Amino acid sequence: MADAKAVPRITASSRWARQTRHGDVFFWLLTLFFALVIIGLVVVVGVVTYNGSAEARAAYGWSFLWGTDWNPIETELYPVSFGAWPAIRGTLLSSLIALILAAPTGVAIGIFLSELCPLRLRQPLGFMVELLAAIPSVIYGLWGVAVFANWFNNWVANPIANTAGQFVPWLSGPIAVSRGLAITGTILAIMILPTVSAITRDVLQAVPNHQREAMFSLGATRWEVIWGAVVPYARAGIVGGIMLGLGRALGETMAATMLVGNSTRIEQSIFMPATTAAALIASELPNSVSLIHESSLIALALALFGITLLLNVIARYLVWQTARGPAGEKV
Amino acid sequence: MNGTIETNMLTYRRRSQVDKVLRGCTILATAIAIVPLVLIIAYVLLLGGAALNRDFFTDTYRPPVPVGIDPRTGLPIEGTGEDAPAQVQAQGGVLHGIVGTLMVTITALLFSLPIGILAGIFLAEYPDTPFNTFIRFCCDVLSGAPSIVIGVVGFTMIVRPSGTYSGIAGSIALTFLMVPTIARTTEEILKLVPNAVREAAMAMGAPMWYSTLTVVVPTALTGIVTGALLAFARGAGETAPLLLTIQGNSNLSFNMFAAMAALPILTYKYIESPFPAENQLAWGTAFVLMMLVLGVNLLVRITTARIKR
Repeated sequence: MADAKAVPRITASSRWARQTRHGDVFFWLLTLFFALVIIGLVVVVGVVTYNGSAEARAAYGWSFLWGTDWNPIETELYPVSFGAWPAIRGTLLSSLIALILAAPTGVAIGIFLSELCPLRLRQPLGFMVELLAAIPSVIYGLWGVAVFANWFNNWVANPIANTAGQFVPWLSGPIAVSRGLAITGTILAIMILPTVSAITRDVLQAVPNHQREAMFSLGATRWEVIWGAVVPYARAGIVGGIMLGLGRALGETMAATMLVGNSTRIEQSIFMPATTAAALIASELPNSVSLIHESSLIALALALFGITLLLNVIARYLVWQTARGPAGEKV
Repeated sequence: MNGTIETNMLTYRRRSQVDKVLRGCTILATAIAIVPLVLIIAYVLLLGGAALNRDFFTDTYRPPVPVGIDPRTGLPIEGTGEDAPAQVQAQGGVLHGIVGTLMVTITALLFSLPIGILAGIFLAEYPDTPFNTFIRFCCDVLSGAPSIVIGVVGFTMIVRPSGTYSGIAGSIALTFLMVPTIARTTEEILKLVPNAVREAAMAMGAPMWYSTLTVVVPTALTGIVTGALLAFARGAGETAPLLLTIQGNSNLSFNMFAAMAALPILTYKYIESPFPAENQLAWGTAFVLMMLVLGVNLLVRITTARIKR
């Protein structure tokens, strides 16, 4: 209670209040706790997928990643075995196709939005690009299955298979169903386009104006300014944006599940049904037939998480380094 | 990388031609990117809009009975023609999906709002340390993680031990995806609140927590609501994690501890169906999802434009 000698009076409650800075310590601890929860969520993702895949990791080790046979059910011809290569190959190939299509287009859009676009158009166009990113992936899949597949078959897959496919085995037919890595990659390209172009635009806008002015003063055309002074300056950030797009393509599930054909056999042609890691998990985990089957699928999820984590680390670092600001001396 | 030295040696006419062509290429790329966007939106609006009727919003799943096919044998009835099944109108509706999506997503929002907002306050209101950078990085990792991985976590962590698919498992899985969105938008919007507001509260003798909760946060409330809406739209459109956690259900169910339906799952299931009537429902659900996403994004656009001004 009250201390007689002290002036002014210090009560227990006021001492308490002062020690806790009138409750600020508690508030700090509370917000700190919830900030820690975010770290906890990441840890949970890692730990759960790591523990869940223990069986598969014990049974196959690293060779899980390049085993070529995925047979959940024993048949006369094949014993039960789980090798992730068909899924990993499909993921890599479809993402590669998406990257080849989307990276140049996305960078070009970013350049247009940041450097060339009339100011009046910049806002609405930027909004449309961001809208593309917000559309749920199942709608892309729906459109791909119901509309785009036919079109792709008639105008892209068949003509290519009938001409170049005669000589190049991985472009060959016959194209029975319009499911495969090529169409998946094309839809993935549409989906990652907004990521690539939005980030390219952002890092280009962070390029200081004296870069442009110096180049203009040498008598350069607009394109020479862009290609010679602006894009090289933001190179790391653009690469980072492309990598973030790649990360999205690698992990995309619904559009891939709907379009890739879900076949775990390795076909040479990119027009044939295949599978991706995400599609395989989505289609088989709910009805897995054995513990090792489930564990293998979780191991696949762990691999997917690891790859996207790594890509994110590198990409964020590159974008951050470019967008950090005044680095005129650096280049 | 630097092509300027060579281009200097060309004549001006040649250089300006290169300039025009390549600038044209960027315009072309933008136009090409807009084509699929317009096509997707147009298809969803036209085909999806056609599937909407009163039953769509008030009825649940009904097995399709195609005209011209004998339900017992599955063979075409004589004399109705090959394309008779295409005549079947959509029947039944997606009320169960609407209920499921709303319940699962709103529950997930209730989980993620406190985490996201308080973590956002921590990031914005306290000194910026490497620890904050690490938390921001964790947010990026979570929002960059493939949604199927989150689904696997929900499946392994909740569905398998409890032995049943459940709405609550879906909510928890969506929480992983919604928290980073809310935390980052809260942080960004709190940083827009001018420091004078905080100083004014401090000068009146308010402790920091009091000034944060009663002065700073209410000032930024519109922006925080914006973040919550964005997170809601993202959660409502997610399919993969829900497929592994709430599974889907053909009946109307309000039980969060059993399998539930959700709109994106219905879109996925119905488009794979051989019945045109169910395909039509798929377009209808896609329409509802698209409206949700478009609406929220437009709203966000308008409110952020107002805040920044």
